[in-house]
Amino acid sequence: MSQDKDYNAILATDCGSTTTKAILIEKRGNEYRLRVRGEAPTTVEAPFEDVTRGVLNAVREVEELSNREILEGEKIVKPALNERKGVDTYVSTSSAGGGLQMLVVGVVKSMTAESAARAALGAGAIVMETIAVDDGRLPHEKIQLIRHLRPDMILLSGGVDGGTITHVVQMAQIIAAADPKPRFGLTYKLPIIYAGNKDAREEVKKILGDKFDLHIVENIRPRLEEENLIPARNKIHELFMEHVMSQAPGYRKLMDWVDAPIMPTPGAVGLLVHHVAKQRGIDVIGVDIGGATTDIFSVFKGTFNRTVSANLGMSYSISNVLVEAGLANIKRWLPFDIDDADLRNRIKNKMIRPTTIPQTIDELKIEQAIAREALRLAFLHHKTMAVELKGVQRQRTISDVFIQEAAKSLIDMMSLALIIGSGGVLSHAPRRVQAAMMLLDAFQPEGVTQLTVDSIFMMPHLGVLTTVHERAALEVFDKDCLIRLGTAIAPVGDGKEGEEAVKVELPDQTVTVKFGDIKRIPLEEGQKVKVRIIPGRKFDVGNGRGRELVTEVEGGVVGLLIDARGRPLKLPEDDAKRKETLVKWFESVDMYPK
Amino acid sequence: MAHAYTPGLQVSERTVVRKERRLPLKGEVLIKEGDTVEAEQIIARAYLPGDVELLNIAGQLGVSGDEIKPYLKKKEGDEVKKGEIIAESKGLFGMFKTQVKSPIDGVIESISFVTGQAILRHPPQEVSIKAYINGTVEKVIPEEGAIIRTVATFIQGIFGIGGEGYGEILPVCSSPDETLTPELIPETAKGKVIVGGSFVTYEALQRAVEVGATGVVVGGIDADDLRRFLGYDIGVAITGTEKKGITLIVTEGFGRMNMAKKTFELLTKYAGRRASINGATQIRAGVMRPEVIITQEGEAEEPHKGWETGLEVGHLVRIIREPYFGQIGRVVELPPPLEQIETEAHVRILKVKLDDKVVTIPRANVEIIQG
Repeated sequence: MSQDKDYNAILATDCGSTTTKAILIEKRGNEYRLRVRGEAPTTVEAPFEDVTRGVLNAVREVEELSNREILEGEKIVKPALNERKGVDTYVSTSSAGGGLQMLVVGVVKSMTAESAARAALGAGAIVMETIAVDDGRLPHEKIQLIRHLRPDMILLSGGVDGGTITHVVQMAQIIAAADPKPRFGLTYKLPIIYAGNKDAREEVKKILGDKFDLHIVENIRPRLEEENLIPARNKIHELFMEHVMSQAPGYRKLMDWVDAPIMPTPGAVGLLVHHVAKQRGIDVIGVDIGGATTDIFSVFKGTFNRTVSANLGMSYSISNVLVEAGLANIKRWLPFDIDDADLRNRIKNKMIRPTTIPQTIDELKIEQAIAREALRLAFLHHKTMAVELKGVQRQRTISDVFIQEAAKSLIDMMSLALIIGSGGVLSHAPRRVQAAMMLLDAFQPEGVTQLTVDSIFMMPHLGVLTTVHERAALEVFDKDCLIRLGTAIAPVGDGKEGEEAVKVELPDQTVTVKFGDIKRIPLEEGQKVKVRIIPGRKFDVGNGRGRELVTEVEGGVVGLLIDARGRPLKLPEDDAKRKETLVKWFESVDMYPK
Repeated sequence: MAHAYTPGLQVSERTVVRKERRLPLKGEVLIKEGDTVEAEQIIARAYLPGDVELLNIAGQLGVSGDEIKPYLKKKEGDEVKKGEIIAESKGLFGMFKTQVKSPIDGVIESISFVTGQAILRHPPQEVSIKAYINGTVEKVIPEEGAIIRTVATFIQGIFGIGGEGYGEILPVCSSPDETLTPELIPETAKGKVIVGGSFVTYEALQRAVEVGATGVVVGGIDADDLRRFLGYDIGVAITGTEKKGITLIVTEGFGRMNMAKKTFELLTKYAGRRASINGATQIRAGVMRPEVIITQEGEAEEPHKGWETGLEVGHLVRIIREPYFGQIGRVVELPPPLEQIETEAHVRILKVKLDDKVVTIPRANVEIIQG
């Protein structure tokens, strides 16, 4: 892996399940900038059955738009021959064919199985199921379940190094008895990664070595108080490329073209979020809300976490948002009356005709109400996974270790400095302030938080690019990928309506916001100003109750949002009052056309 | 994108239908190329390895895993009957023996001296697949199944529940806008495919199950009625495995929606004929919609052009989202540039002539109606 070579032109693609997107990055003067992007339908399925067709088509579009010749026949010219011909490096991600689907097996559900799930999710996988000795299923139920799944790969973990091997061996036997088959083709052996107690390796080899393509890596939980996810995560990436992707049509060719391993799309996004947090030394949340799933990435105190809410999305899974959130939770964001049956039917109709778009303002409001709930639920799910290690011995006996502890969440909304939103409902909201409000209502950031959206879903490309050229990836991310919506200032606390919650002194004005209100102050993109934030005595903006905070805030297309609606955000219980309040907030930030 | 509209559902009177029928694992194919098959004929079968059970020998004997060897009465690969002794402790003076008995009829697949557990496997289960449609075997897929071809009336629905079924078509509504109520369903609907109009009530679905109907085909259903009928709410449109006694095929969508005229006319025309139906729906990559297939004699017509060529002025379209949801009209204009709609989004639009006016609709919100 070469770090930050003097490249002048970089090509990156993301082969999604429907569209292949290509970007060209060029060095201008001393900085790396996005030059153009092109896209073409992905060609993994019949009649083409060759992913490189779609890649070539997307690259041809890039060639036309940039006036740079990149292809010679069907070959990418590398390295660049001059300023008009070739590129210096080419990288790619892929989520075509449904991404990477994994089965995760551990011993104790809240310990090794949870660590294994974190490793798989962090690598960008969809965890189809987590199976553990104590998951409440009888052995034959576990076997039946494993038999019916057709994963791309299995991660088996369990036990600390030097501890008992019985349980992890038992789980290996269950996998062997179930004999699951890989999703693609019957011709290759299903890859299994063993990342458990090192003393059980020989036994595991005996049980699984013949039937499966077994790989052994370091234990993901060598000691109770230590989690070591990187070796397992790297092995997942390696096997994803070598085994899973190589089964998909055309990928062998694509693997020859790239200069860094092809990464699963969400794995690359996670890597980028991690880099951004590290580079700026801040806590970050990234969210990608799609049609079928919602991914959340977070970095708090340097610890990276990713979760996928597999059935929370805005089209295919929209009805499941209704099922999980309940109708009342969706309706509470609507400032008008709607019949329950009508709303249910509208949501179900979107599920069966997922490509339709809202045409009226009311339909848009319904869609954005559902998005708030999908984001809120996905974030709740994330908070339960992004926790400190469970099972760390704090008490005297080992039995205490097995008690389900209420693990401390790593998520601290006050220390959160940046939210990056992506996915159609956020990135393509007709007014940018709608995206900002959806993020505010769903995540409820506290104190001072910058709000952004990914303009053209470039994060996967930039994520994989960090593995060959971190500087180019981060510069383009900063300058061309993000749309800065603005900064939210949200005092934490509860008060009486009309009570002064916060005063914000800007260079040219002082703004006072009462409890229950939200105000939008224009502050242009790129503009950074020093502000003095003085919360009311019951409110906290980061320095403790009633204590002022002096900090720098950045503007954006929305500006500053001073959100004194309270944390946690509460909507009035009285229906008429609730609708009136929503209208007040929406009008105050100019959210919808009159 | 090139296809900023939803291709419509297929409704054809005479078209070639091919169905690939595959076993879930390799087995034996019982038919050959050129054979004529009936919908309910079994065409391939396989034996699924039996389920397994874990037997904790060490635990029952009260010894550790590596100590069980001397107690074993059976070895790996042995067949066992339910109740047969697999391991036995020596006991005290030959008494108080602990016996570990087989909980099933099956085979001992493995015995571990680490965990002290045996894995027992039940006898294999037969799985078979039927032809599903009347037709001829176009191609045999060795050890897996076959492709069956037929000429048929083929009607796709938008959403369904329940799997494959066969039955005589029984229209009970006199027009596509009539509601299917329980009173309309006779006792003689047993084993038949009931055809309704615009809407089916929860009570009518219950009645259909009571009389033993094979299926119900209808224009619309309330999401809430479906939830009551299933006993749970559907979150993701992946269906086909529901076991509610009938297969339901909704042709238009949720809510009260007149069945498309052509669909209703075809189903009425072929009253009394046997149909193959399937409610399985999958709305993600590899879209699968529910279907009604009525085999016909003779050859197919030329496939209807329209959805292959894309959207054109003059095409009949159905509006598939509010505010004109369910209405049908003709395309009168397809302006190429993006236009701003009420939400302020800039999208590609089209103009559609409804009965009394011309309306502007995002292209993503219409689907082409064939025929």
